[in-house]
Amino acid sequence: MTQRTRRYMWLTWLILAIGIATFYANQMFVQAQKPELLIGETSYGHYQIELQCTACHESAFGGQDVLQNACISCHGQELKEAQDSHPKSKFTDPRNIDRLEKVDARYCVSCHTEHNPDLMRPMGVSLPEDFCFHCHQDIAQERPSHEGMEFQTCASSGCHNFHDNRALYEDFLVKHAKGKWLDMTKGIADTDIKRYVSSLTDLPEQLPAMDVPEDKLTAASSIHDDWLSSSHSAANVGCNACHGSAASWQDKPTHQVCASCHENEVSTFLQGKHGMRLANDLPAMTPNLAIQRQTHLAFNQTNHETSLTCSSCHDPHQVNVQEAKVNSCLSCHSDEHSEAFLSSPHGQTWLQFEAGQIEENQAVSCSTCHLPRMEFEHHGQQNTLVQHNQNATLRPNEKMIRTTCMSCHSLSFSIDALADPNLIQNNFSGTPSQHIPSIDMSLKRAQ
Amino acid sequence: MKYAKSIALVAALGATTLVVSCGGETEQAGIEPKVFTDSLFAVMKSDRTNYTKLIVQRLGPNKGAFIKPDEHWEDLDQGAPLPAQMFRYGAEGVAEITDEFTYSLQSLWPVNKQNAPKTPIEKEGLEFIKDNPGQNFYGQEKLGDVNYFTAVYADVAVSPACTSCHNEHKDSPRTDFKIGEVMGGVVIRVPVGN
Repeated sequence: MTQRTRRYMWLTWLILAIGIATFYANQMFVQAQKPELLIGETSYGHYQIELQCTACHESAFGGQDVLQNACISCHGQELKEAQDSHPKSKFTDPRNIDRLEKVDARYCVSCHTEHNPDLMRPMGVSLPEDFCFHCHQDIAQERPSHEGMEFQTCASSGCHNFHDNRALYEDFLVKHAKGKWLDMTKGIADTDIKRYVSSLTDLPEQLPAMDVPEDKLTAASSIHDDWLSSSHSAANVGCNACHGSAASWQDKPTHQVCASCHENEVSTFLQGKHGMRLANDLPAMTPNLAIQRQTHLAFNQTNHETSLTCSSCHDPHQVNVQEAKVNSCLSCHSDEHSEAFLSSPHGQTWLQFEAGQIEENQAVSCSTCHLPRMEFEHHGQQNTLVQHNQNATLRPNEKMIRTTCMSCHSLSFSIDALADPNLIQNNFSGTPSQHIPSIDMSLKRAQ
Repeated sequence: MKYAKSIALVAALGATTLVVSCGGETEQAGIEPKVFTDSLFAVMKSDRTNYTKLIVQRLGPNKGAFIKPDEHWEDLDQGAPLPAQMFRYGAEGVAEITDEFTYSLQSLWPVNKQNAPKTPIEKEGLEFIKDNPGQNFYGQEKLGDVNYFTAVYADVAVSPACTSCHNEHKDSPRTDFKIGEVMGGVVIRVPVGN
């Protein structure tokens, strides 16, 4: 090899090395999203933000505690409200050191390992299904009724959850053992939205009416008509409250603007799959992202590119909440469960309501179950408001028993129905195919 | 050393002992683990007895039912934590603040089987305080890579609220507790080095 050839080889190597280093340095330090650094796909609950590494890996140093803090910063409050049956504090006592050697339950990632799709099972659990065995292997001695039950059935049979057992604990089962499978006497709770908004102190300044740029005024006659018949108009929330003054006019106000009056709605929206990308400063979620990841969901082709913001479901000028309760959902979602809704018993009640045949609190919409009305505390006041994290009561689905199902159904029917995957698929058109014996077992022990 | 430092810290905060050496210089001495755990138990016992007698017994179902002490108190409008839960919440709160010591309530007749003794020292300690009323148990054990000074103190039934609840609970393996009897033990652990 001549000296000249060697020189060329060195030069080529140098250029390649600098090129590769620049590419990865750009990914690591400049780009917000880092697709080339992704070490493996994340789970169904995190793929939306997986390219924003800092969402979980807040620091390169600090090890497991950094990841744990990231988990808790998003899921900590939820676990607290769930009266977590297995909080970290159960495992920090040195007497449990032998258990930690099997499953280190002090850390979320011990059971929810990310970037390894081959390990991933329902609920984002990456452990084998029989993990309960490690600590509860002698359960049959304490509960003879459990003799012979396989450990992989603990959390998959509709009887137990690892974190949230608020609708499944024994005393609750006994207390609610009786009841008709369907009782509409109570109906769906109304919200306290008016009381909640009126209790807010930091509301946007109301400017003199129509401080609107000239070109917007000429183009806005239909918008103005929509607004006139809206709840925003009734509440005296004019153009400037959302769009700003003529001098600082924003054509498309962001979710932060909505949050100035609807803080609870926006904060819960940002916690769910619809809003979590916005919460992490990423472009809004779209059905296309879910399609690319090949989730079990299906979407209407016409709306694959729909960006999920507040105004995707709530037309900001009409503020038609009825539209948002069913039609907005079905404009994107077209999986079997969604498509079966309108012909299901639930969907039929919604059509009856729209036809003026029954009251709204007797009708079930998509949002009744997926965006349920829940109690929220603000400044010492309890308000019933819409939970806009559509996943808050969905995984595991027993979380919706107390918030939603029991508004109309017995506990026994609710448990049976939610444990039947075919019934869920056809949107509860029919009766549960099996009976979960947990209430019967609890009653027997209570006697 | 972390553990020596913790003991010394407790000494400074609690039962301070300043030893004057022969040369006239002062140096801070650590508190003995036994004195440390005895002191901790004194606080725990006092708080636990007061909660049981002054809150649960006085305001609970036996005296007017102003509150409803219940395992699932969060689900009741006037629900209040049971004394054993209150004790556990304290232990969990402490664990969030420090790992210089841990404590738990255990029993040879636990309602919740997870509160039965697990380690040989726990078993020995709970048997000892049952068989030797008025005496405490002290021992050492190694859990993982850490050596612990482990003390076990008798948890005695101080009120009818204690005995009636345990005697009537469907998961209680014993139904004949009487006031003044040992129902379980408070286990306090202090790490003393690797």
